[in-house]
Amino acid sequence: MGLLDYFKKKGSSSIAKDRLKLVLVSDRAGCSPEILEQIKNDIIAVISKYIEIDTDGLDIKISQTDSESHNGSVPALFANIPIKDMKNQVK
Amino acid sequence: MGEVIVVTSGKGGVGKTTTTANVGTGLAMLEKKVVLIDTDIGLRNLDVVLGLENRIVYNLVDVIEGNCRIRNALIKDKRFPNLYLLPSAQTRDKTSVTPEQMKKLAFELKEEFDYVIMDCPAGIEQGFLNAIAGADRALVVTTPEVSAVRDADRIIGLLEANEIHNSHLVVNRLRMDMVKRGDMMSSEDVEEILAIDLIGIVPDDENIVISTNQGEPLVGSDCLAGRAYMNICKRIVGEEVPFLDLNEKDNLFTKLFGKLKKN
Repeated sequence: MGLLDYFKKKGSSSIAKDRLKLVLVSDRAGCSPEILEQIKNDIIAVISKYIEIDTDGLDIKISQTDSESHNGSVPALFANIPIKDMKNQVK
Repeated sequence: MGEVIVVTSGKGGVGKTTTTANVGTGLAMLEKKVVLIDTDIGLRNLDVVLGLENRIVYNLVDVIEGNCRIRNALIKDKRFPNLYLLPSAQTRDKTSVTPEQMKKLAFELKEEFDYVIMDCPAGIEQGFLNAIAGADRALVVTTPEVSAVRDADRIIGLLEANEIHNSHLVVNRLRMDMVKRGDMMSSEDVEEILAIDLIGIVPDDENIVISTNQGEPLVGSDCLAGRAYMNICKRIVGEEVPFLDLNEKDNLFTKLFGKLKKN
């Protein structure tokens, strides 16, 4: 019952709103999925020079973050880069 | 000197033509001199929505190409003495007209009319650029759906890029029952996402379908959509009008039902 209530509260309109906000951030930044893919590949190339990373687990996206200087939020590039086996890297 | 307003949306089928017809007619009811221009060349529709399809002699492309004078092409609506239509050409395409020509036409018309309203085609190509060329302000129409809102956001960006900074939002086809259930974005949600000022909320009203069938705009009539459109017109001329209580229909029904129950 608790679970049902939870789903009822989160109607499809809030899903729509969240999805829209995300897609509009990348629309407005003029950053297409192709460009994002290129950025991702470049980041992999640079970081791989120094440490071994999990390229399949790498996640990169444009999202919004609260700004300290501006009022409200600004677009930000988020990259989540899992590192493989740090121990063996440090020589 | 009048004002040129473009009614635009990006996505098709959200109610640009219906909004143009009703806002134009409403402004004429407020005793403003209004001309509506259908800029959707090849897909003419504003004439049927207004019920003027049988009176077309010349069209927009004829005026641009100099085949006739502007006043020969304007159709005077017999129901409203201040309302005129410049219909689009059905057998031509969007490249028959350039933004510069549209700008010149808009300038000439606003010498004589209080409001020149451009019904913009869907899309962001030449038809859109033609429609916005001479515009002083814009009405951006959207429905509370992800696709329509996304396209509206793109349009708002393009309007800004083309130096049209006075844009207002019309949220069309809102269903209060679904908003209450949490299954439709509210007008506040849409306003927050698009970050431009709201000028109208039009409820989803079956009277719109009926009025379009009949070719008679319903602005000013006593249904919710009719009142919503009239409020938009009043806001355009600068009056401050509170937004409609869209729950009213429910309330009236419950009141009546309550009375019946009591008796």
